[in-house]
Amino acid sequence: MTDGDTHPDDPTGSYQGAAPQREGGQSVGDVQTVAADGASASGLGSQEPVLVLEHASKSFGALRALQDVSLSLYAGEVQGLVGENGAGKSTLVKILAGAYRFESGHLFLDGEEKVFETTAQSRAAGIAIIFQEPLLFPDLSVAENIFMCRQPLRSGRRVDVRRMRREALALFESLGVTLSPDRLAEGLSIADQQLVEIVKAVAADARVMVMDEPTAALTATEVERLFKIVNMLRDKGTAVLFISHRMDEVFALCQRITVLRDGRLIVTKPMAEMDEASVIQAMVGRDLGTLFPERTASTGDVVLKVEHLTSLGAFTDISFEVRSGEIVALAGLAGAGRSEVVRSIFGIDRRDAGRVEVNGRELPSGVPSAAMEAGIGFVPEDRRQQGVLMNLSIERNIALPSLSQVAAHHLVPRGSEKRFAADWVSRLRLKYGRMNHPVATLSGGNQQKVVLAKWLARHPSLLIVDEPTHGIDIGTKAEVHRLLAELAAQGVAILMISSEMPEVLGMADRIVVLFEGRISGVFSREEVDQEVLMRAASGLANRAAS
Amino acid sequence: MSSDVQTATGGTSQPDMPLDPGGGGLRARLGPLMRWESGLVVLLLATVLMGSQLSSMFLESGNFFYIGINVGEFAIMALPLMLIVVTGEIDLSVTSQLELSGVVMGYLFAHGWPIAAAMVVAVCLGAVTGAFNGFLVTRLGLPSMIVTIGTLTLYEGIAQVILPNTAVGGFPAGLTKIGLVPIPHTEIPYSIGFFIIFAVITAVVLHKTPLGRSIYAIGTNREAAFFSGVHVKRIKMGLFITSGILSAFCGVLWSLRFASARYDMATGLELNVVVIVFFAGTAFSGGKGSVIGVVLAAAIFAGVQNALTLDLVPAQNQNIVIGSLLIASVLIPSVADVYRRTGQRLQDLARRRL
Repeated sequence: MTDGDTHPDDPTGSYQGAAPQREGGQSVGDVQTVAADGASASGLGSQEPVLVLEHASKSFGALRALQDVSLSLYAGEVQGLVGENGAGKSTLVKILAGAYRFESGHLFLDGEEKVFETTAQSRAAGIAIIFQEPLLFPDLSVAENIFMCRQPLRSGRRVDVRRMRREALALFESLGVTLSPDRLAEGLSIADQQLVEIVKAVAADARVMVMDEPTAALTATEVERLFKIVNMLRDKGTAVLFISHRMDEVFALCQRITVLRDGRLIVTKPMAEMDEASVIQAMVGRDLGTLFPERTASTGDVVLKVEHLTSLGAFTDISFEVRSGEIVALAGLAGAGRSEVVRSIFGIDRRDAGRVEVNGRELPSGVPSAAMEAGIGFVPEDRRQQGVLMNLSIERNIALPSLSQVAAHHLVPRGSEKRFAADWVSRLRLKYGRMNHPVATLSGGNQQKVVLAKWLARHPSLLIVDEPTHGIDIGTKAEVHRLLAELAAQGVAILMISSEMPEVLGMADRIVVLFEGRISGVFSREEVDQEVLMRAASGLANRAAS
Repeated sequence: MSSDVQTATGGTSQPDMPLDPGGGGLRARLGPLMRWESGLVVLLLATVLMGSQLSSMFLESGNFFYIGINVGEFAIMALPLMLIVVTGEIDLSVTSQLELSGVVMGYLFAHGWPIAAAMVVAVCLGAVTGAFNGFLVTRLGLPSMIVTIGTLTLYEGIAQVILPNTAVGGFPAGLTKIGLVPIPHTEIPYSIGFFIIFAVITAVVLHKTPLGRSIYAIGTNREAAFFSGVHVKRIKMGLFITSGILSAFCGVLWSLRFASARYDMATGLELNVVVIVFFAGTAFSGGKGSVIGVVLAAAIFAGVQNALTLDLVPAQNQNIVIGSLLIASVLIPSVADVYRRTGQRLQDLARRRL
């Protein structure tokens, strides 16, 4: 888009102070001005930046994903990149990766202008992207994955397997990683897969490493190990761009921080000059108020009654109730069987024993449409694969579970889906280009809003939400929490799975804790704190008050 | 109907958001013109032009009957096959279901059954063979490509067991005349008349009903569709049965039209159906396809074949044309994609120069 566009949501124009506008900024000498973004204050000012992005803009149809964003990255720094979903972080990453080309702007590596036509060119230039969910070849060994496309060769163009293995081991050692180079990539945990990607990047002599929410799916110990490695890379002179939704991580790891909002650069500053409140303020452009909505539960009749629900190998003898107006959280560690329980309630998986009753009517096993008829809405854990149909339009996604209501005389009248969806789209404040654009054009948080909209449109009496705020920015997260609270106040029964303790404690009226497929405790909000929950989730406190 | 098809594949152009800057309007307005179906219309006109150049008989009113008669059954079978492909599956056994149905009808008729009863049994048999395909694909979870290649051979084999090496004929002349004369007072062959009826029904179902929406949803993402309450297996099963029934119906038409039934009367011709389905713009990966595309593709297919025949091109050389059409149907969209991307790249470069 044209330079000098002012954004309607940003009357303060604060971003312009951070990255002064310059016309025709083509020459390499311009990098001097970028040093004003606090690089000198964090002890990086003496050197030239490795990577400079100037005035980059990119739009998708009507949606301006990135507008006039400038960024510089120095060797030996970890720079945090934060912003709500839809702020343009992923677009920026894809531009650096060579997957997208910006419409205007310049990219310099070591002072030399680069134009990436392909991701291979970006990689060859020394930029490595570590994704939240790495894409390895599952049937190849770890070493083969690391040296994919750059295998060391012996005579006759044969792959030198021994040297490959040796070099992989040496790389692991230098980073303090204990992983066998011989094992297949299949079955590696996400954390280990990320390690393989990082080692792959180091093996390719990457000078710039972009980490796109690497910690989203990691446990605390895995995060710690990752941080150690990132710090090691930094000390070796790699420039790291670290994207995360978790503030504490950004503050623990980064020297400088860059905040994006609505596709624009808001601020780049040394970490020391920011605190959590000012970062969040910059991200959302408004005060969030209290983190969780105040609510007083007024519970009514039993909506969901689960009795002795059992699925062999997944969970055993699960019994609990959810009443109208009540938020019940299913807590527990990953793998405790929480998702399996709700999948079985909704009929995605068949159950082996037990009963599921909704409003007094027993549900058949393994029939999602019967669960829907009975009044259940289900927001699944895997948004991209199960929640939305990525290539289908927004309006059709929202109308899909409600087609029988949308239809008149068994036909779907023209425009009826759009009219049906429009109400929910505005109520949930969805940010989108057009209603008939595919959901894939939306940011993650807005995709989650589409999933919520499609179930809310059915006016469910029980809403099951599995990790409703997983991978969602703080602003949208607060909106989702407010929405769930509102629904409960309107008498909807809500069954929520969450791995975030603050979310469980902030939202739930009652908490059912699972450990290894069995209920290890049932608590009311008042009688529980984080420690008690953790003990129950780890199988330590057996059968607390119920 | 064409605008319904647009919404089906996501190409409408009503502006509905204030976010939209005016600049995107022109491309959005041109969008429908760039669609596959629009290309088919142009190609159809080109076919007519070519036909009239190749032979003076092409545009004579009596020729319409001959253009239609050779493609009617393939066009009918292409309708349910298109729906199956939209859900991400395929049914290659259509012509052997046609043969089996024709052979069973002939066998029963030869053994003294009244022709009407033989016809009903033959069509019902199609439901059984289709259900068997559907059972293997939806209940046992086998890949439909392999399953239906298997049943393609299997059903023809059964037909051969019933009527080895002999053709059965002698059907009542009142029925076999459908291969010789058009529907009274028109130039339309009976099979094309049936095709028009089935096409209208399919168009309404696919583009206007919740079932049609579900069919697209399955093809776009089977798992997410299931999570949204779509009866994925039931719908796929229904489509395989529909394909079986219509293939069997075509078996009846075909046998009456040629006044004889043989186990190998349509061997290899399933490719004609496949060509029509993919030339119609149906995506092999599912989620995309339209009835108007099938209608246009069938018309082009029929026109080209008829023009070549009038020009005395031998049948085996016509296969070159049919094969090329099939490759073109997958090649052109990907070439268009490359072209679009190159254009984008040139624009980027131009902007950078400024």
